[in-house]
Amino acid sequence: MATQNTRNLARVMMAPSVFLLLIWMIVPLAMTLWFSFQNYNLLNPANVSFAGLFNYKFFYTDPAFFQSIWNTLVIVGGVLLITIIGGVAIALLLDQPIFGQGIVRILVISPFFVMPPVAALIWKNMIMHPGYGVLADLNRFFGFQPIDWFSRFPLLSIVIIVAWQWLPFATLILLTALQSLDGEQREAAEMDGANFFNRFIYLTLPHLARAMTVVILIQTIFLLGVYAEILVTTNGGPGYASTNLPFLIYRTALLGYDVGGASAGGIIAIVLANIVAIFLMRAVGKNLDR
Amino acid sequence: MARKVSTRSKIGFTIAAWVVALILFFPILYAFLTSIKTEPEAIAGFSLWPSGTLENYVTVNTQRDYFKPFMNSVVLSVGSTILALLIAIPAAWAMAFSPTKRTKDILMWMLSTKMMPAVAVLVPFYLMFRNAGLLDTRFGLTLMLTMINLPIVVWMLYTYFREIPGEILEAARMDGASLWNEIVYVLTPMAVPGIASTLLLNIILAWNESFWTIRLTTTNAAPLTAFIASFSSPQGLFWAKLSAASMMAIAPILVLGWFSQKQLVRGLTFGAVK
Amino acid sequence: MGSISLKNVSKVFGEAKVIPSINLDIQNGEFVVFVGPSGCGKSTLLRLIAGLEDVSGGQIIIDGKDVTEKAPAERGLAMVFQSYALYPHMSVRNNIGFPLKMAKMEKSAIDKKVNDAAAILNLTDYLDRRPSQLSGGQRQRVAIGRAIVREPSAFLFDEPLSNLDAALRGTMRLEISELHNTLKTTMIYVTHDQVEAMTMADKIVVLNRGNIEQVGSPLDLYRSPANLFVAGFIGSPRMNLVKGAYAFGKSAETVGIRPEHLLLSKDSGLWKGKVNVAEHLGSDTFLHIDVEDIGMITARAGGEFACQHGDIVFITPDETKVHRFDTNGLAIRA
Repeated sequence: MATQNTRNLARVMMAPSVFLLLIWMIVPLAMTLWFSFQNYNLLNPANVSFAGLFNYKFFYTDPAFFQSIWNTLVIVGGVLLITIIGGVAIALLLDQPIFGQGIVRILVISPFFVMPPVAALIWKNMIMHPGYGVLADLNRFFGFQPIDWFSRFPLLSIVIIVAWQWLPFATLILLTALQSLDGEQREAAEMDGANFFNRFIYLTLPHLARAMTVVILIQTIFLLGVYAEILVTTNGGPGYASTNLPFLIYRTALLGYDVGGASAGGIIAIVLANIVAIFLMRAVGKNLDR
Repeated sequence: MARKVSTRSKIGFTIAAWVVALILFFPILYAFLTSIKTEPEAIAGFSLWPSGTLENYVTVNTQRDYFKPFMNSVVLSVGSTILALLIAIPAAWAMAFSPTKRTKDILMWMLSTKMMPAVAVLVPFYLMFRNAGLLDTRFGLTLMLTMINLPIVVWMLYTYFREIPGEILEAARMDGASLWNEIVYVLTPMAVPGIASTLLLNIILAWNESFWTIRLTTTNAAPLTAFIASFSSPQGLFWAKLSAASMMAIAPILVLGWFSQKQLVRGLTFGAVK
Repeated sequence: MGSISLKNVSKVFGEAKVIPSINLDIQNGEFVVFVGPSGCGKSTLLRLIAGLEDVSGGQIIIDGKDVTEKAPAERGLAMVFQSYALYPHMSVRNNIGFPLKMAKMEKSAIDKKVNDAAAILNLTDYLDRRPSQLSGGQRQRVAIGRAIVREPSAFLFDEPLSNLDAALRGTMRLEISELHNTLKTTMIYVTHDQVEAMTMADKIVVLNRGNIEQVGSPLDLYRSPANLFVAGFIGSPRMNLVKGAYAFGKSAETVGIRPEHLLLSKDSGLWKGKVNVAEHLGSDTFLHIDVEDIGMITARAGGEFACQHGDIVFITPDETKVHRFDTNGLAIRA
């Protein structure tokens, strides 16, 4: 199927996707870049002027900015930690012979399919609520004072909610990778005198390394953009305690009406995402060559 | 491993696994239980024994104008999926069966567009949609959802198409099939499972999308994500009704998700894990 | 019907000249085998004849007509692929009938032909099954059936037996040979296994790096290999190749003698050596012997020959069966 005719046909078939995605990406990106150098406030839309690097400097000197970067990293790091360690542990567990494997799998993967607003609401009102929540009841049962999660530990609460949603994803991916481990390799290791712990360190973990890399990179891309959970629970508060970079940008744009500032923040977010992207592309690209 | 596993260890693992599974599933379970309680029951404190009333579901479906957001979710997810498939199938086809040196670069570029943080382009899209009259329209949102999921759809289809053995297509050609016949009688039947899997995964992703569906809608086109998000500070306490609305919002996708575990792995790792 | 000619056919892939130039004539009804090591271009050559790849130069002529520019379906050929390439979503009946459907034949005519083909191949009981429900040998036969119903000028087989286990391979080899006797259609068969080539072919084409080394009947190639490559390729175990004093003594650079043409004795002979490995098959005995001043020699004794590692044996070559090769590796014919 390698004649000149088919080659032209192939180009025509790819054109819509490539063209549409290109426009969809370039135009808004260019606009964001442009806005980042402008004084542009939505309350005063007629008054637009060149601002140079003012917006970037503004962001850089704003204490909320560094707080939000820190919070972003905490959310990403915290969720990754929980999901990778938890994911490996649960995957190992589910890989063992158990009764009712199918149902256990279904129960474990369910949180991933719950839409973020619902997840946030359930955790906010039913689990973590200091008055009516399950954790509050549990605390009272043991004689402790119920914790107001979203006031005292806003960032931690967000991490817990998001980790709950993504743990199934990590588990599923790692379980899939685990089940592709050659049984004969395991048997060879046993003959070589390796016990379960040794087999885990020298055989299982290296085999999982690739899947773990993919999980980390893919999750990071999505975790850098955590939004709905914050919107529905803390709204970024108290103060900026649970505001991550996306939320800060959102606030600057739609609550502060500062388009220039928000765009500068957006560019910074893009740079951050691109750093991660480079690693992900390499990992996925290697797979394409297989 | 063909060795006998001791029943004791099997029971041990089973208990551990079920405990973990139930803990993870608990929030969903509890939301469901709350949805079949009466309102007084719901705020009365922790209880695993609801009265099993369906009044909340009835109320949600009649009073709260739940129907509109639900239909919006359906239209947006199905619509954007079909649109994405229409654009993506030819592209994935061309790349899988007539690959060039550029093919890999194009695929990687598509992947990279998915990595752009949505919030960075929030303002441009908001302004463009507003000026074009697309804000809070089903059409505008469908377009948006189509574009953000297009890379995943193309990738998934590409990995499925690549698995169709080239020799079968050559056999069809030797058997005298024209290009059209090849597509209709051989290629499409073999591609249908892959297309179905991609369809399933995309509906799930579109249904659960929680950024653009909230920021680009107000009343008309708001799907369930925006609808539920609007209850973040509920006036008046109606946990039971809220639980019922939540259950209805997540139930279809939960069930779809139970059946698409393999597709999820393939689609969201861009084929890196299969 | 069924004569094929290749005139100066060449094929280039990017920078690599896979097939420099091939000239070959195949008569109607012949069973021709393309044989050679991996990468020698035999499958490429088959695909050029089939039309699945375009030639870079030269012509392909089938029954006097130039088909070089024609699409595969228009050449009147049928191909059996290494992986069988059955349509997984169609029943056996529809698989076999597919080419006829593409030719827009009437349904009743299709049914008759499919049933006839199934009868020849013992597939009648499996007509309504899917390929995934069949064994390897059965799938093989369905692939052959799909080729038969087209009543082609020639059948093309691309290493059809490689995916089968040893026992099944033996059976299918016989079936394909019997098929050839029944249908009397030209068959071009590609394999890397010289045993298949020797047992099935009327004519063997030995290929190496895109070039034809020799064309001839199996026994021609066995008795009179044209060069070192063919000499070493045909015949199992391999022909012994000896250089040095013994070769000079025969006015040649290299001398070849097949294992079965060496006389073994425990008492006396031309060469003296020590047995390294002895393989006792009962029907034959193969000895790998380290011969003084000559090197490692493989010798065959018919039936049983009692000896083991470390024994001293004597070897005498049959002078009438010695092959001589010059410095270019070409055979010297007296």
